[in-house]
Amino acid sequence: MRARLLHLLLAAATLGPIPVLASPISYALPAETAAFKPGPNLDVVKNNCSACHSADYVSTQPRGAKDKRAFWQAEVTKMIKVYGAPIADTDVAGIVDYLATAY
Amino acid sequence: MMKLRSKQVLSRRDLIRQAGLAAAATTFGPLAALADTVTLPFDNGERPLVKYPQKRPMICLTSRPPQLETPFGVFNGGPLTPNNAFFVRYHLANIPTDIDPDKFTLEIKGKVDRPQKLSLQDIRKLTAVELVAVNQCSGNSRGFFEPRVAGGQLGNGAMGNARWRGVPLKSVLDMAGVQAGARQVTFNGMDGPVFDKTPDFVKALDLDHARDGDVMLAYGMNGDDLPLLNGFPLRLVVPGYYGTYWVKHLSEITVIDDVFDGFWMKSAYRIPDTPCNCVEPGTAPKATIPINRFTVRSFITNITDGAKLKAGTTRLKGIAFDGGSGIKEVAVSIDGAKGWLPAKLGKDLGKYSFREWSLPVKLAAGPAELKVRATSNAGDVQPMEPRWNPAGYLRNVVETVRVTAS
Repeated sequence: MRARLLHLLLAAATLGPIPVLASPISYALPAETAAFKPGPNLDVVKNNCSACHSADYVSTQPRGAKDKRAFWQAEVTKMIKVYGAPIADTDVAGIVDYLATAY
Repeated sequence: MMKLRSKQVLSRRDLIRQAGLAAAATTFGPLAALADTVTLPFDNGERPLVKYPQKRPMICLTSRPPQLETPFGVFNGGPLTPNNAFFVRYHLANIPTDIDPDKFTLEIKGKVDRPQKLSLQDIRKLTAVELVAVNQCSGNSRGFFEPRVAGGQLGNGAMGNARWRGVPLKSVLDMAGVQAGARQVTFNGMDGPVFDKTPDFVKALDLDHARDGDVMLAYGMNGDDLPLLNGFPLRLVVPGYYGTYWVKHLSEITVIDDVFDGFWMKSAYRIPDTPCNCVEPGTAPKATIPINRFTVRSFITNITDGAKLKAGTTRLKGIAFDGGSGIKEVAVSIDGAKGWLPAKLGKDLGKYSFREWSLPVKLAAGPAELKVRATSNAGDVQPMEPRWNPAGYLRNVVETVRVTAS
């Protein structure tokens, strides 16, 4: 079975020119592995941020801002004002607290 | 590692099994994340290497939406970047993962006499052109900005060079008959936002640019179909311009008679309206313009920073490119920018392509700073000091590789 499979693979590899018309694609994205770090208000963060992006959007940001709170406040404001994130006013302070503490 | 291999075989076996079934979709299943990580040379630069379908292990900046950076060593493999190593950048998480090219249509509408709905087959029947062109993310190398700025923290791998095959945008605009008074053309793809309130990713070009004959609708890349994550089945190619204009999964072209004021043109992807398109680090520009052509850049690709080499003759090689005037010369310094030696340029694949260069140099024992500096045919030279802008675009400082010879 294994030998036959290898044979098939080799045959496929030498088929040569690509088809003239593309065939349908069904593409499965790999599972996300990045997770939010532990910290205050983690549930609020997960509920508000995870719909649009994975946790690595946060974790890869620069860490050395002089004023971390201002840096993250600006990011949360951008998500709401610019990208239309439906974040309740009452959740904003908690999210900024979390980001400035955990990252 | 064994697990990954067996999954790869399974996936390929699936492909072969389905090759006989005309109606079956090609399934690109998920593969396990590799245990490997890479560390980009700036603070907080650790990234997982992740294997996506149709891709080799890539540096994962973010997984949703996917943003994958090319491991830099790939650029030493030749002037064309393989499709499975080409970088990926999306803005919005609602990306099309099930695409039937037979059902795909490209709509051309707005200020045109004959609105069009073209199938992929219609487009493939038009006279095809091929063009080698670099695509580079506006924020390529953002992680090196000092002071650091928010955004995708990329190393130097959000760029690539491919042979694109497709039709000139001009051809389909002419089919539709652009009306007098038209000013810009906008481009929308099948990817979209998760929430309605998030601005959809739509970009615009001036009409003259759109009709210059070089801007193209590409369905082929390096002799194959576009990988899904690079815009299958059709993407815009805007040679010499940053990747933000290269709309993927292109499905809608609209001719308009004013200047497009959508978020991704009016507010995002703006650069300072100053002669250097830069400002004093840490300050805000007074006025901005939409980002446009690539700045001139060059890299050493065969030696990595911190390498230990044998004293004596070493051949340096690398790549250079600019925003479409072509590379005039590449100079190399092995003494920390005191003296410069002209490199030999490689084969010319066109003014929008990576241009390879090489130069044998003699290294004395001890530490050395190797620098490479390109000059474009337009007369632009890479600066010795980095230029700064708040969004972290346009980086093109002369790169330095530190080595020790013994």
